[in-house]
Amino acid sequence: METTEGTKKKKITGSEAVILSLINEGVDVLFGYPGGAIMPVYDAMHDYYDKLNHILTRHEQGALHAAQGYARVTGKVGVSIVTSGPGATNAVTGIADAMIDSTPLVVISGQVASSLLGTDAFQETDVVGITQPITKWNYQIKNAADIPEAIAKAFYIAKSGRPGPVLLDITKDAQFGEFEYEYKKIDFIRSYRPLPKTDYSQIDEAARLINLAKKPMALIGQGVILGGAEKEALEFLEKADIPFAYTLLGLSAIPTEHRLNIGMLGMHGHYAPNVKTNDADLIIAIGMRFDDRVTGNLDKYAKKAKVIHLDIDPAEVNKNVYADVPVLGNVKDTLPLLTEKISPNNHEEWLQEFRALINVETQKIINKQINPAEEGILMGEVIHKVSEAFGNDAIMVTDVGQHQMMAARYFKFKQSRSVVTSGGLGTMGFGLPAAIGAKMGKPDRPVVLFAGDGGFQMTIQELGTIFQSNIPVKVVLLNNSFLGMVRQWQELFFDKRYAMTELVNPDFQTICKGYHMPSELVDSREKLDAAIKNLVEQDGPYLIEVVVEKEGNVFPMVPAGASVSDIRLE
Amino acid sequence: MKQEFTISIYSENHIGLLSQVSTVFTRRNVNIESITSSESAIPGIHKITIVAITEKELIDKVQTQLDKRIDVVKSFVFTEDEVIHQEIALYKVPTEAILESNEVERLIRKHNARILEISKEYTVIEKTGHKSETQELFEKLSQFGVTQFTRSGRVAVTKLKKELLSSYLDKLENEKIIKD
Ligand SMILES: Cc1ncc(C[n+]2csc(CCOP(=O)(O)OP(=O)(O)O)c2C)c(N)n1
Repeated sequence: METTEGTKKKKITGSEAVILSLINEGVDVLFGYPGGAIMPVYDAMHDYYDKLNHILTRHEQGALHAAQGYARVTGKVGVSIVTSGPGATNAVTGIADAMIDSTPLVVISGQVASSLLGTDAFQETDVVGITQPITKWNYQIKNAADIPEAIAKAFYIAKSGRPGPVLLDITKDAQFGEFEYEYKKIDFIRSYRPLPKTDYSQIDEAARLINLAKKPMALIGQGVILGGAEKEALEFLEKADIPFAYTLLGLSAIPTEHRLNIGMLGMHGHYAPNVKTNDADLIIAIGMRFDDRVTGNLDKYAKKAKVIHLDIDPAEVNKNVYADVPVLGNVKDTLPLLTEKISPNNHEEWLQEFRALINVETQKIINKQINPAEEGILMGEVIHKVSEAFGNDAIMVTDVGQHQMMAARYFKFKQSRSVVTSGGLGTMGFGLPAAIGAKMGKPDRPVVLFAGDGGFQMTIQELGTIFQSNIPVKVVLLNNSFLGMVRQWQELFFDKRYAMTELVNPDFQTICKGYHMPSELVDSREKLDAAIKNLVEQDGPYLIEVVVEKEGNVFPMVPAGASVSDIRLE
Repeated sequence: MKQEFTISIYSENHIGLLSQVSTVFTRRNVNIESITSSESAIPGIHKITIVAITEKELIDKVQTQLDKRIDVVKSFVFTEDEVIHQEIALYKVPTEAILESNEVERLIRKHNARILEISKEYTVIEKTGHKSETQELFEKLSQFGVTQFTRSGRVAVTKLKKELLSSYLDKLENEKIIKD
């Protein structure tokens, strides 16, 4: 039975209504930062800490990324509260990130009193205008009495269909206003259809193509995770015996060690799936959106293949790649329909073609990363070891850059919702706060962050959040004293002209000390194993800073503008 | 191949809707030729009519993005031959010019235009029609010194027997009842 907080027809303020409505939506953790225009809500919250655990971050961007991390590992809506003006503009990067990566968020921003709107009042910005293109929905509340319905709508929109961020901007007078509170959840909005109708004839056609295909390849996207369709995807793949590759955000949907796994797609993905994309006679895209980092040059993409595209968002179908057979709907519903219609199959020969290429990559790249001959430590070996030390079953969070691609390549997974990374936006600074949110969402699972020395410094102040709230995240700082990913491009495509990519770094150990973050430095290979042991075994938060090869590169790589099958091994 | 499309967008009547809708066109780099916005025949639902010249493929993508906006109930894309449409134009000319010869009067009659107001200094002429027609009258009147000329955005109704939006809404209602 659901209990409804505060529904006893008594007059309360808009601020209290915000808090009660969040509780009624099942929120128990939220991330935020106070300020003038949101003070009434914070004041109301002060009486509800037993029900709402508010994590005070050190920057609103941190609050947003933390809410994203929380949402990504739990599947619940992440909630963040910020003040008007600079508070809200600081939240913008996280909102944009959540939008492009389909992460359900409800962001509440304070706003100046409605009588002051449009007057350039102190800390007034047009947040609704600014965030309109980067939210799934946003709305300004100017009356206290509108708060419950707006919040109910916000949660429904954020989590239904293809999830996304919703922003509610609440004027200060609406926070102060009094009204009779009542809360009703919403599951219908006349102008909004979260779930498109499935055309069953397309299922038949898709099944027909799958049964005929000699060289089928499935592409697993985040839609499988968002739809909770991991089991359904596996049943489909196994019955048809179809090799599958995954996008960065589709990572962990299916355990790494599955025999049909042929690796990651895209620019820094694996050799086999990229090369074979232009050999396949059928591509089955499951909850993915053919991002340009996945497809490379579209004119030279999957040239021999028919395409079946299963997605919940009609706007993704035919957006980048033409779908011969579009199958609209939640993949959790459509995959079983498809599985039922297809015949059991065996594609062992086709799978062998992938295995041959996987062997090439293993010899030319992977083995050299994991067991390097040179003296300098490589990212791949660190990530590989950390993954194993956690039993290949931790939640992996990353920042953005070389280490992100390396982490996606060398970390292994046993269960879904184990990856938190900024895919579509590629937001440096995402990692540390996202790891905080992930740990709050899954306190019982180890959460390990891989960060570069560049991105780490974009939100490094969140070490303060870790200290204040004692959040046991494990951090692996891969320090190459460069903005590595950009340096790699400069090396390969700009004649080694290292324009502004070399970093003169602070002493990270001293910084950790200041934030009371237990840490150690690994500057030679002998120290690595012991440090990783500490990382795993220490109870609280822990950071190891590993000094890695300064000019290491991520390979393989699909150069920008090239076809995926022209992926380079060096 | 580029061609002209009339896009009818039915939406909730919220503040900022026009900006939501126009952003979709801007992001896809589709230029809006004209835009009008008014209440529709269904209470509480607003109708925005946009004319754009672009490729079929691109307008289809714009449409799916429009439908994705939460406050947009539904959008429809029509080609030239699927709608009956009109624009209204107003022309302000010096009254002197009308008095000097009967040419202006002849033009008004010939183009099915009408005079809205006459004062000592100026006369306001109104013409409703397709853009080419209102444009033609503008060009003909120009020699008499048009001091102001303004043309509205397009208003359009479909030639279909079935009303697309109401059947869409009925369908939604049914789904809701089934769900409840
Ligand atoms: C906010 C932001 N600014 C700039 C970039 C461009 N960029 C992408 S990767 C990268 C380098 C990251 O360097 P570092 O954090 O040290 O990680 P590494 O690549 O060395 O692993 C930069 C600058 C970005 N993705 N995000």
